[in-house]
Amino acid sequence: MKKLLSILVLSICCNVSAYAVITGEMIMIRSPEPFPEAMSLLQQAITKQGYQLSRVQRVDVGLSAKGYKTDKYRVVFFGKGQQIKELSRKFPELIPYLPLKIAIFAEDNNTILITANPEAFRDMFRQPELTPVFEQWKSDLSEILNAVQTHE
Amino acid sequence: MLCLLTPLTIRSLMKSLRILKIFFYSLLLLSLSHTASSSNRGQQLYMENCSICHGEDGHGGMGIPLALDSFLDSASTDYLKRTIRLGRPGRIMPSFYWMSETDIDHIIEFISGWRKSAAPVWSSHTFKGDIDAGADLYQKSCANCHGTTAEGGKGSGMRFSRSRDLPITAPALSNQGFLNSTPDQMLQHIILNGRTGTPMPNAKQLNLNEHDVINLVSYLRSFQSPQLSNKPLYENEPPTLIVDSPYSFDETIANIKRSISGSNFVHIRDQSLLQGFNVENDEGSRQMIIYFCSFSFLYEALKLDPRVGMFLPCRITVTESQGKVQMMSINPKHLSQLFNNSALDESCDQMYQLYSDILEDASL
Repeated sequence: MKKLLSILVLSICCNVSAYAVITGEMIMIRSPEPFPEAMSLLQQAITKQGYQLSRVQRVDVGLSAKGYKTDKYRVVFFGKGQQIKELSRKFPELIPYLPLKIAIFAEDNNTILITANPEAFRDMFRQPELTPVFEQWKSDLSEILNAVQTHE
Repeated sequence: MLCLLTPLTIRSLMKSLRILKIFFYSLLLLSLSHTASSSNRGQQLYMENCSICHGEDGHGGMGIPLALDSFLDSASTDYLKRTIRLGRPGRIMPSFYWMSETDIDHIIEFISGWRKSAAPVWSSHTFKGDIDAGADLYQKSCANCHGTTAEGGKGSGMRFSRSRDLPITAPALSNQGFLNSTPDQMLQHIILNGRTGTPMPNAKQLNLNEHDVINLVSYLRSFQSPQLSNKPLYENEPPTLIVDSPYSFDETIANIKRSISGSNFVHIRDQSLLQGFNVENDEGSRQMIIYFCSFSFLYEALKLDPRVGMFLPCRITVTESQGKVQMMSINPKHLSQLFNNSALDESCDQMYQLYSDILEDASL
């Protein structure tokens, strides 16, 4: 009986896990954190995943300065310098899509984070050499967004 | 009878009873475990695939509020199943064509947990109303919110698109995903009863009688195509626009800035591709990104779909390698495919034209 109960409890507990975030051509999550906390978690997760932040584009600041009413909206650019250098040399047509980016914006007390699913790039850029790069990006982006959602 | 039972047989019977008891409890626990794990699986799948748009509690956001009573009262299990499977082509809601039947059932089971009454069951009977009469009624009573060709309300439903007091963006009634999921009887129910908790009134408030409703349903059904098409819109378009420049690297950058200004866009900043990465370019190789923007264009694009900010502000990159200078940008015609939002098509075409004009102008 005790054994059965343990199996039951274990099977229920195992189902409370981190949420995968890939939906078609986009990778998206809704973080329960307000915008400032989610932004901070995102930057930490990017660094932890081995990437370097290059810039944060403050879209909302630009819009507000021009008189448009908007909620918090930023685009975070990041990458690995050596990889960007090599990719831009071998595959210049990829340059406009570099570095990687994640859009992050507030919705009520939640924050939404979105990035393009690199698997979609595989259909756009058909060079076989790029396939492992896109697969790695997909895995890393999922890890980063999962970390934001689960506060790991 | 009892006198026939020896102490040995009694012990043996007791043992059998104990085994039966354990077996019974095991079955009960396994059944409970299955129900709990099925429910958790539904919740997990919902959180993974649906909550981003419909909210963790089903109260909506980018997507419609699924936990709304008036929605659930009309949504049959078959409707939910088809909607998940087909999506709404061109309306953000993706097709979960890849998901197993079992997983879709788990999600529906989770959503059904918000129901206060049993799921309706609709017949597949097709109404034979007057399509022309329905078309007139549609223009008078429905087009204001759902669009003149039933293309649906504008915007994705997020706060960039509309005020938060509106819980729903008017659905695209001519959408093939919608029509292939919604039987006539369900459409009739929705029009007759409206959607309490949304701006959708009921037939009485719209002065529609039962015949009118049937005519309206037949008119909407006339939009249905025999087959859903998943063909990409821009399958022959290259992902990147690239133009050779006959000028030097610096002259090309100056030309682009002049062209941007001539297009009534604002130059924001220049940034080397490798800036911030502590990596040096190879000798004779340079890449400079020129960022520019029209804030009114940006604002309108975000209103249509807040996700589009991922590809904004506009940028053109000038590259130099082994003496060859090129200008390049993303091809905006790929974007609406990525976002499954046909409302972006016009903006993407505008952006495509803008990039093409600037690249051409700078190379003259």
